[in-house]
Amino acid sequence: MSDFDTNLHALNRHNVWAGFKQLVPLSLFVVVFGVAFGLAAAQAGLNNPSIIAMSTLVFAGASQFAALELWGAQVSLLPLAVTVFAINARHLLMGATLYPWLRHLPPAKRYGVLLVVSDANWAMSMQAFSRGEPGMGVLFGGGLAIWSFWILGTWLGLYFGSAIHDPMSLGLDMVMGCFLLAMVVGGQKSLRILIIWIVAALSSLMAYWYLPTNSHVVVGALAGGILGAMWMEKKQ
Amino acid sequence: MSIETTGLGALIIVLIMAAVTLATRWGGVFVMSFVPINYRVQQFISAMSGSVLVALLTPLAINGDNGARLALLTTAITMLLLKKPLPAIAAGIIAAALFRQI
Repeated sequence: MSDFDTNLHALNRHNVWAGFKQLVPLSLFVVVFGVAFGLAAAQAGLNNPSIIAMSTLVFAGASQFAALELWGAQVSLLPLAVTVFAINARHLLMGATLYPWLRHLPPAKRYGVLLVVSDANWAMSMQAFSRGEPGMGVLFGGGLAIWSFWILGTWLGLYFGSAIHDPMSLGLDMVMGCFLLAMVVGGQKSLRILIIWIVAALSSLMAYWYLPTNSHVVVGALAGGILGAMWMEKKQ
Repeated sequence: MSIETTGLGALIIVLIMAAVTLATRWGGVFVMSFVPINYRVQQFISAMSGSVLVALLTPLAINGDNGARLALLTTAITMLLLKKPLPAIAAGIIAAALFRQI
């Protein structure tokens, strides 16, 4: 039994490389999203080093696109930090679900692996663990694959983006909005979620009209979150 | 508090975003090593992470031109039909581009 457990959370060069290769096909799509981000960021007026630094250090697509929406000559820090936190709060849940396996690793490895946790490699490692197969390789190696292709895509987007003179006539100002909307629509759907979204939308709009600039994101996120905490799904 | 986005300011903003994101990547495991995250908190987090995107998008849809609205509508419908983000985003952008050529 203890041997079996050891195998499940094993993390070595071999299974990290195998995990990397396993997620390369998916990472080709990540390149396309990276290109979209690079294009959108260049249009939003970020300088090239900041754009590459953001993809490298933040490595969380939806929150990076959202930051572009809040970008201007000045950026107010609190709305930005709350927005990034709220969008990336799902990482907290991913970490919590991985805990039963991660707890066997020494702290340096445990928190090292978590640096590259994102939706796809988390989902694949959880699938592996639930089948009783080792999942650390795909979590870490797959994460490294997604991360490196995300940076590559961002760089390509910057490179090509500078050649486009009238992005709006090509619809490229909508990359960010369409990306975020696809994330929303692609998520879990139920009457409960729909009502939470409607409450979030209405409170965001009220704040947008009547409260200080950029507070609408925080207000909408909290309104939806609080409703979700009060009106809970039935446990499976 | 605000930061100018010229020069080093942009990089400082990126570092703040990186720190906040790292806190979310590490936080779940860190908290779990002391107390299990309860069901109500889980429900709050998952409702909030969808709501924040809706809150960002709503003013965009209300204030945008008709090209922007058509793009969002096209993305939503394509996503519901195909359940794949890339074609959905591409369809939305093409819709805005075509609409603005008219």
